[in-house]
Amino acid sequence: MILARAVQATRRYGDVTALDRVDLELPAGELVGLLGPNGAGKSTLLSLLVGLRRVSSGRVELFGGDPRDPAYRRQIGMTPQETGLPPTLRVGEVVDFVSAHYADPVPRTELLGRFGIDDLTRRQTGGLSGGQKRRLAVALAFVGRPRLVFLDEPTTGLDVTARRELWDGIRQFHADGGTVLLSSHYLEEIEALAHRVVVLGQGRVLADDTVNAIRDLVGVRRVSLVAPELPALPGVRAVERTEGVTHLLTTDADQLVRELVGSGVPFSGLEIRPSSLEDAFLAITEARPAIPAQPQDTATSAQPQDTASAQPAAARSEPVPAQPADV
Amino acid sequence: MRLSLVHARYQLLETVRIPIALVGSAFFPAASMLFFVVPFSGDDPVVATYATAAMVTFSVMSTNIFQYGIGVAEDRAQPWDPYLRTLPTGAAPRFAGRILAGLVLTLLSLIPVVVIAAVGTEARVTGPAFLAALGTIVVVAVPFTLMGLAIGYSLPSKAAIVVAQVVFFPLAVGGGLLFPPEASPGFIEAIAPYLPTRGAVELMWAAVGDFQVRPLSVVMLGVWIVVLSAIAGWAYRRDEGRRFS
Repeated sequence: MILARAVQATRRYGDVTALDRVDLELPAGELVGLLGPNGAGKSTLLSLLVGLRRVSSGRVELFGGDPRDPAYRRQIGMTPQETGLPPTLRVGEVVDFVSAHYADPVPRTELLGRFGIDDLTRRQTGGLSGGQKRRLAVALAFVGRPRLVFLDEPTTGLDVTARRELWDGIRQFHADGGTVLLSSHYLEEIEALAHRVVVLGQGRVLADDTVNAIRDLVGVRRVSLVAPELPALPGVRAVERTEGVTHLLTTDADQLVRELVGSGVPFSGLEIRPSSLEDAFLAITEARPAIPAQPQDTATSAQPQDTASAQPAAARSEPVPAQPADV
Repeated sequence: MRLSLVHARYQLLETVRIPIALVGSAFFPAASMLFFVVPFSGDDPVVATYATAAMVTFSVMSTNIFQYGIGVAEDRAQPWDPYLRTLPTGAAPRFAGRILAGLVLTLLSLIPVVVIAAVGTEARVTGPAFLAALGTIVVVAVPFTLMGLAIGYSLPSKAAIVVAQVVFFPLAVGGGLLFPPEASPGFIEAIAPYLPTRGAVELMWAAVGDFQVRPLSVVMLGVWIVVLSAIAGWAYRRDEGRRFS
């Protein structure tokens, strides 16, 4: 059963297209990660799915109906931004207040206990620490015994322990049959929780696949070395030269090094580094629209300078990946 | 309906947690009572009663302009409002709750005025007149609630504070709230009927004494209500459109 669906959902703010013909299906029981840089359209997509905003064209569905109709929001849960909690209300009051909107809410003590903040019931939310507010905000998503929760950056600002605890809570909900759409900046968080990942960039779905497939896609390694000249090497996505050092971007660094050694070329200063999350995002989110037609087969070092000069990113000496396959 | 009460309850709770907000809305009318009404009209029951009714009107006006003008503008800036919109109810209970809470706060802010009048002046009303005045207060609160909503929904909170402050004093003076009936300076007599405060205070005077309401003032009050509800409705829809469409 599909709990939430977007069909060619487009949302414009004036001239700006925040979301561009997005298709998405959330089947019951899935835990889906939503990744994307700032401004990619994550918040807009969430706001469409929970009925806060209207599509400009296309449609969104929640439990088979229009999310703007309150009746279809009975079985969802959403986190407020923790900065928005009414500062003068006590934790228990905030929970009671939100509970009043549901037919069969989770009892207050049980809910707060589940998130480790039952000792804060009498505290005003304005006096809570950032992490405590965050837990309360996430707890509120679960008040109404939802079947589907939308968690927008649930662990931002939490320390490691608190983050792991919250992850356990989310896993438990999912293990009990709950469906989750989780947006995050942290690839680690998505890896830890999600089975499926949707990558948004510039308002479009750039990738929608299992975590492993996405990881392979963005799991580019940077192999740096000093060498006078290199033969054609398999598996190289892009080549870049800065100050005598050659950087090769590859998804299979082991194989590349084997080939390199086997080729007998003299080299020194070998270094292998994983791409940062930012690199990975750039690989998926920026490469696609900006890829020029001709250097697609720069799997070898044949045209490195062209590739580098074609993209402003090279000015910051960042990797310039060639077309990631099949995004 | 039950949810509207829940919303009203939590809105009141939020307000009560910052008691200075309550003091603020009751301060001006109470202070005006002490400075203008008690020393100058203490010995004449009719004058004192009319002056008290004028201060009640003043209080209703300032409480509503401030609580809605500033309260709504501040809430719009908070992400809590959008969050509540994701709960399985529409915007209606929140709105109804706000109006209910506003009415309660309006009545609370009147207590000091009434107490000062009863203790410090000769102002007296009969039981039926008191009830009539209570009913009139609810009616009179309408245009000022709409004015507050219009300000709150159309302006950011910093601008709303300024506009609320700029608006309420001229309305009070211009409407003749600070003078006995028919005793305002000439230019105020001339402009007063065209201000919503005048129609409001005349209705209050009629409720507590045998004051003859002037048709022009009441007609203009009706015009104000129509115009203000149009502006408030426009501002509300525009804000909804910006944030939730």
